[in-house]
Amino acid sequence: MAEKSFRQAISEGLRAEMQRDDRVFLIGTDISGGAGCPGQDVDAAGGVLGITKGFASDFGVDRVIDTPIAEMGYMGIAAGAAATGMRPVAELMFNDFVGSCFDVLLNQVPKFHYMFGGKAVTPLTVRTMIGAGASAAAQHSQSLHHIFTSIPGLKVVVPSNAYDAKGLLIQAIQDDDPVMFMEHKALYDLPSAAAEVPDEAYTIPFGEANFLQEGDDVTIIAMGLMAHVAMGAAVELAKQGITCDVIDPRTTSPLDEESILESVESTGRLVVVDEGAARCGFAHDVAALVAQHAFASLKSPIKLVTPPHCPTPFSSPLEQAWLPGGEQIVAAALDVMGIDAAASAVA
Amino acid sequence: MAITKEQALNYYRKMRQIREFEETIHRQNTTGEIPGFLHLYCGEEANAVGVCAHLSDEDYIASNHRGHGHCLAKGSDPRLMMMELYGREEGLCRGRGGSMHIAELDKGSLGANGIVGAGGPLAAGAALTQKLKGSKNIAVCFHGDGATNEGYMFEAMNMAVMWKLPIIFYCENNGYGEFTGIEYALGADSIAERAAAFGMPAKKINGNDFFEVYREVGEAVEHCRAGQGPYYIEAEAIRYYGHYEGDSQLYRTKEELKNLEDNDCLLGFRKKVTSDGLLTDAELDAVDTDVIEAFKVYLDEARSAAWPATETLCDHVYINY
Repeated sequence: MAEKSFRQAISEGLRAEMQRDDRVFLIGTDISGGAGCPGQDVDAAGGVLGITKGFASDFGVDRVIDTPIAEMGYMGIAAGAAATGMRPVAELMFNDFVGSCFDVLLNQVPKFHYMFGGKAVTPLTVRTMIGAGASAAAQHSQSLHHIFTSIPGLKVVVPSNAYDAKGLLIQAIQDDDPVMFMEHKALYDLPSAAAEVPDEAYTIPFGEANFLQEGDDVTIIAMGLMAHVAMGAAVELAKQGITCDVIDPRTTSPLDEESILESVESTGRLVVVDEGAARCGFAHDVAALVAQHAFASLKSPIKLVTPPHCPTPFSSPLEQAWLPGGEQIVAAALDVMGIDAAASAVA
Repeated sequence: MAITKEQALNYYRKMRQIREFEETIHRQNTTGEIPGFLHLYCGEEANAVGVCAHLSDEDYIASNHRGHGHCLAKGSDPRLMMMELYGREEGLCRGRGGSMHIAELDKGSLGANGIVGAGGPLAAGAALTQKLKGSKNIAVCFHGDGATNEGYMFEAMNMAVMWKLPIIFYCENNGYGEFTGIEYALGADSIAERAAAFGMPAKKINGNDFFEVYREVGEAVEHCRAGQGPYYIEAEAIRYYGHYEGDSQLYRTKEELKNLEDNDCLLGFRKKVTSDGLLTDAELDAVDTDVIEAFKVYLDEARSAAWPATETLCDHVYINY
């Protein structure tokens, strides 16, 4: 088994499903790249990330459909195709652009199955980029998984590594419910996100958290890029004799509530790390879950580590201050342990 | 495109069914027993029936909030639709959707839609499916003049032209987007001319005349089935009632409201087929009686049908969760 990048794993997952099922097609802005350009090289780009490079040559431009910059239109077209027997994978370049097509993902796709009495099937997968760290500023850096998680009818995937990305993406495309597949832009080439990835296709079921590390003292919940930051923090904490359960939920809808509760019941302490919202976000959802169902197990108040209630800034020092970092996670863990961080540093 | 006697009777029956469906709920709405919002299609029946006369169950339509007529014309059962409006378990959508969300995918109906303009891309997506499958089936996007100003429609029309999708954008221009006149809301000179600028054939027709609708849509359907891309039709139509039931229509003049029936599509149909000798008044009257009697039964059944059990509240949120 070869080690593959997050980027390569996603490309392989898409290719596997395109080969397996001719109802699967890709649609989005620049996903082949070069359509209509003087050179007419249909594979000029393969998307802004090159993930679908070569797909137009291999599968034809009917199945790798470049669109105008018209998110509302092509997302709605993908929804209509999904409701009539196809299995489209629509690429929304940045999840921030959901402002231009939210109706489709709020009022249409998630509600068809329910509103139409269980008779409509809309197997749409939306691949979209999330995350800060690239000085992409306030309109290209958000992580909006909490918004989609709050919409009944949608499933939401936030993978953190190459192995999970391929298996979860194939599951998303094969799933009969609509799925938001949210890829953190820092993971594509992050060495710690690379993994041994089988060449063949495989699926990872939704709603099953991954225990990145097991420990006794603190439960840390983190996904996407934050799973890597949390693992870095866990190494630091281990040096101080504090061991952590680090749990990557992988999907926020459905959510593996059982694994989170079991871990907190065992450790008695919870730190939730999330790059999404500082208010009404995923971290708050997990905190409420634990407060409602495992309150008696808690030895100390729950700590949340999120960005501040502030748009993502452009300037690097500001952006680094905005992003949840390892030091904050260590501090939060020490806090739930009742250890004075300053005293601990001196010691 | 001559119409046989049998066809004429079927089309008249369908138009009469739509009229009776709407008049029944118009009456019942005053009793307060129908929950939610109702947008009636009375006066526009020739459009739904004249369009759907050319479609099979394998062709798709997307409808809008004023969708009862489209759903009935596409073949949905009036009895089950009445149950749905009453929110009953036996309703077409188990009472989960109601008036604005009646759909029946098996019959090629992507559904009524509570969001103005949303049907544009959905129908274009159904048309894309046909293109990718290499079928000769087509899609029709029913929309009102109000929807023609939505970005949804502009984006869908552009891509339909780009990809030569087999879709008819069928605009029922009843003169009002909710309470606001189209003459105010339209920046261009005409809806059809603006649509033509997207690069597709576009015609303006009289939507009160069933035979004109039938003929013009027939040509558009042939165009689409032949793989020649999308087609736009703007049909002048009449909305008898307000935007929704309960709308006091203070924005319309008394003269306009008084003269609405001058161009009634059902009366016009009757006049034409009797003067052509295709059908007699007695035959048409028999259809009227038959439909009216049937709706008395549908109504009684809907009023007494079982409510959905509250234990089923969260059925159908996901297929598998």
